[in-house]
Amino acid sequence: MIEMVRGYALLAAIWIRASAQYPVSMALLTAGSFLVTSLDIAAIAVIFTHTGSLGGFTLPEVMFLYGTSGISFALADLLFGNVDRLGQHIKAGTFDAMLIRPVSPFVQIAVERFTFQRLGRTAQAGTVLAIALTRLHVPWQRAWMIPLMVLCGIVLFTAAWTLSGAIQFLLTDAAEVGHAFTYGGGQLTQYPLSVYGSDLVRAVTFIVPLAFVNWQPGLFVLDHPDPMGLPYWLRFLGPVAALTLACVAAFAWRAGLRRYRSTGS
Amino acid sequence: MIELDGVGRSFTVRGKTGRLRRDTRVVHAVRDLSFEVAAGEFVGYLGPNGAGKSTTIKMLTGILTPTSGRIQVAGLDPSRRRTTLARRIGVVFGQRTMLWWDLPLKDSFTLIRHLYKVDQVKHRKRLAELVDVLDLGGFLDKPVRQLSLGQRMRGDIAAALLHDPPVLVLDEPTIGLDVVSKAAVRDFLRGLNAERGTTVLLTTHDLGDIERLCRRVMLIDHGSLAFDGTVAELRATAPDGASIEEVVTRLYTRAVRS
Repeated sequence: MIEMVRGYALLAAIWIRASAQYPVSMALLTAGSFLVTSLDIAAIAVIFTHTGSLGGFTLPEVMFLYGTSGISFALADLLFGNVDRLGQHIKAGTFDAMLIRPVSPFVQIAVERFTFQRLGRTAQAGTVLAIALTRLHVPWQRAWMIPLMVLCGIVLFTAAWTLSGAIQFLLTDAAEVGHAFTYGGGQLTQYPLSVYGSDLVRAVTFIVPLAFVNWQPGLFVLDHPDPMGLPYWLRFLGPVAALTLACVAAFAWRAGLRRYRSTGS
Repeated sequence: MIELDGVGRSFTVRGKTGRLRRDTRVVHAVRDLSFEVAAGEFVGYLGPNGAGKSTTIKMLTGILTPTSGRIQVAGLDPSRRRTTLARRIGVVFGQRTMLWWDLPLKDSFTLIRHLYKVDQVKHRKRLAELVDVLDLGGFLDKPVRQLSLGQRMRGDIAAALLHDPPVLVLDEPTIGLDVVSKAAVRDFLRGLNAERGTTVLLTTHDLGDIERLCRRVMLIDHGSLAFDGTVAELRATAPDGASIEEVVTRLYTRAVRS
């Protein structure tokens, strides 16, 4: 594990140095990602000019849910989002090159072309969260959950990306299926889940545990009754859900690696 | 150094037979393959296209897991101890580069030094040697994508040897190279084997490689070993005066018929 972190840091440093040769491009891409994701929050602001609440939540509460999910998603994407390019690497044969190196191929694929430009999105989500928190005045008895939920969110999204990658060991072109859960999950958790149908909420609570990214722990932080009427203790199950999905993802990745078939030549 | 015992690898291939019907076929890329390569040997691995050469190489390096049998390379089971084995083996695929497409050759080498945790002083010395012998000096600053095939191949060979592995496996290292580049690669490999005692296993379709480099030849066909012996013994399978091309053609076609 320490070995993997070390390998990641080393490779990341070299990729950053390579991309730093084009500083203007780096700055523009970071600013671009900040601006594009800001459109999301603009959309939410537009909704609130027409209505006072969204799914039973006020604007600062929605901004809180948006910000926590956004930070988790952006950091998971920054660190591990590349894993779902596995299919492309398999097709191009570059995955073979990763397998002959003495560092985990998972780390190598995740760190490939690492740049800080995706921090634009993290910064934007962080700004939204900061504004929300100044308006919400969450007491510390409930605020301790915030760093924990962001961390669990990172683990959950990372696991989703890993699963999305693992599927591609069997189906090389399955990246889009994975996107439904990774990018789809990122979009889904931007809004209070109460705006969706209750069947969908149950599915993302009990089957694909995306509700634990920000919805269940968020209800605790906001001290909000569950519009779906699900049990109160679910709000504390984030770490369990994150750990479970992480184990499933790790197992799937290993199983996929053993079934890897390489390509011709 | 390299031991294979009853190794097989099969692939299941699904093909469409009708509008909805699909059938599953099992293709044996390699079956019941056994051989041994001792330390310091220089072995050529021959076989027609699709005979199982690359599959064997990929199993030796741990990229593919064999479906049956046992493999040991440098004392390790490649598929189970892949990352440990990586430090003891060098791999070159002639068809595709193992370097980073967009990074300058020099940066690729630095990256490899960190990946393999080669000590800085040792790395500098080894790199200087390789740059000198493989004549890389002129294009160390160029991104890999801008290199010619000959330059890239020499870069790839250097990259595979920076961590000074006792075993070197090459899959068609001379493919597409001109006469001069080919000679440079061959000279280098011969020197490496003679001076450092590196065990070399190389696959090729170029019989010049075999004649000029290999003391021992193995010929694989339809996934199993059809010949294993010295170059002289290989020649002896055909009537006197036959060229090496004729000898190998006989063996390939004979293996197909039987």
